[in-house]
Amino acid sequence: MIRAIQDIAALGLQTLRSAPQLRRRRAQVVGHFYQMANASLLMSCILSLFIGGVLALQSGPLLVERGLSFVIGQLVGLSMCRELAPVMMAILMAGRIGSAITAELGSMKVYEEIDALLTMKIHPVPYLVLPRLTAILLALPLVVVFSILVGWTGGALVSVMNQDIGITLQAYGSALRSGIDFMDLAQGLVKSLVFALLIGLVSCFHGLRTRGGPRAIGQSVTQSVVQSIVCILVSDYAITRLFVFVE
Amino acid sequence: MKPPPNKGVELQIHDLYRSFGHNSVLRGISLTIPAGCVFVIMGSSGSGKSVLLRHMVGLEAPDQGTILFDGVSILDAQAMAQIELAIVFQHGGLLHSLSVGENIGLYLTETLGLPPREVNDRVNQAIEQVGLSVTQDKHKLPADLSGGMKKRVAIARALAINPGILFYDEPTSELDPITAVTIGRQIRQLNQRHGTTSIVVTHDRDLAMGIGDQIAFMTQGTLSRPQSPAELSQTTELAVQDFLQAGTREDYQIDSNPS
Repeated sequence: MIRAIQDIAALGLQTLRSAPQLRRRRAQVVGHFYQMANASLLMSCILSLFIGGVLALQSGPLLVERGLSFVIGQLVGLSMCRELAPVMMAILMAGRIGSAITAELGSMKVYEEIDALLTMKIHPVPYLVLPRLTAILLALPLVVVFSILVGWTGGALVSVMNQDIGITLQAYGSALRSGIDFMDLAQGLVKSLVFALLIGLVSCFHGLRTRGGPRAIGQSVTQSVVQSIVCILVSDYAITRLFVFVE
Repeated sequence: MKPPPNKGVELQIHDLYRSFGHNSVLRGISLTIPAGCVFVIMGSSGSGKSVLLRHMVGLEAPDQGTILFDGVSILDAQAMAQIELAIVFQHGGLLHSLSVGENIGLYLTETLGLPPREVNDRVNQAIEQVGLSVTQDKHKLPADLSGGMKKRVAIARALAINPGILFYDEPTSELDPITAVTIGRQIRQLNQRHGTTSIVVTHDRDLAMGIGDQIAFMTQGTLSRPQSPAELSQTTELAVQDFLQAGTREDYQIDSNPS
């Protein structure tokens, strides 16, 4: 476990050192970014709409009953911004994109493609890891912003249309505007960047260290997704503590 | 633009040992492969041929022993940068996300950083050298190619490097006999045309006897003295005789009266 953490950190450092090659790799970055965003947006839209809706549905009637209907927009807004959008989208990315990265690199390892690169004096970190990591670092924050907006919309739809809540769109909107500030958005974005870094490194690490046949690829993918999710949840707590401390 | 011809490179191996856990795979391999020859390392499956090959190209580090290319140690990264070596992997090792042309030009673009026009010329030249079509095959993906074509593309990719020494790992595995002969002929042809040292690791004895200038037989991590195909066919070593003569009709007969 400690060895794996050390190796993942070493991979991170190697990738950082290869960052000057990023300009040369921009076509690869754009390609991966497009694939990642394309694979995540629809699912992100469905998830976020329903998460926002459920939040309003669960909390709305209770708040209205206690005369706190003006809090609903704030509650949905803050929850989506600070916690639900970054965490849920990161888990989605770990499952869809992280697993795909591990499977692709793992199969490249098993079928000698990475050995071929090495014999051609092409290092796999700048060639394979750097573009994927950069792409996920760009894609996840974008998906999180999208998710926040869709989640707010889901919350608004339920708050307006549900008879047990029945607040106006203006009331929901003004609560949202008054309850959200820059730090809330910043928290979500910082989380999404850290999660993207972790998903990218963990999935590339497991892909590159795959040994054996197709079964080993499957095992690497499972390990990659499970470890990414554990990393997301542990670091989520750490970042939240940090922001509580700063605020 | 045609690349400058690359003369063959001599390879020397001294006392190479390698174990994986308690399994000793290479047991004191020593060998000199003269520049420009086609050298075949033949042996049965699991004898350590592919492990030896991975050490020769620097993909594995030995427990003990030295590997020298024209007197330069494989560990001397700076000096080794001057020696161009290439390998044709057993399954081709082609990058599946890249087209045939991109695969062949990968080294030229990524490592040498040549301008696109020169890369294109050298890629086209390599494609033609292995008997593929620039117009039909260059833009195909590896998934669209047959086993034989994949091997040819892998050879073309190796040729584009203009190597002084070229390694082939089981170049005819999974191929039908006719395609295998075509690939073997191509290996021989390229060696004659470019003077590149060619090292072929195979268990295909027809290929070994057909193309090898020298053949060394590998068994249980040790290598026999290199011999010409004519010498090898006269050998008195039992393991080599068994390997060369296995597969007659009698070998397939089932004993109907087991005692």
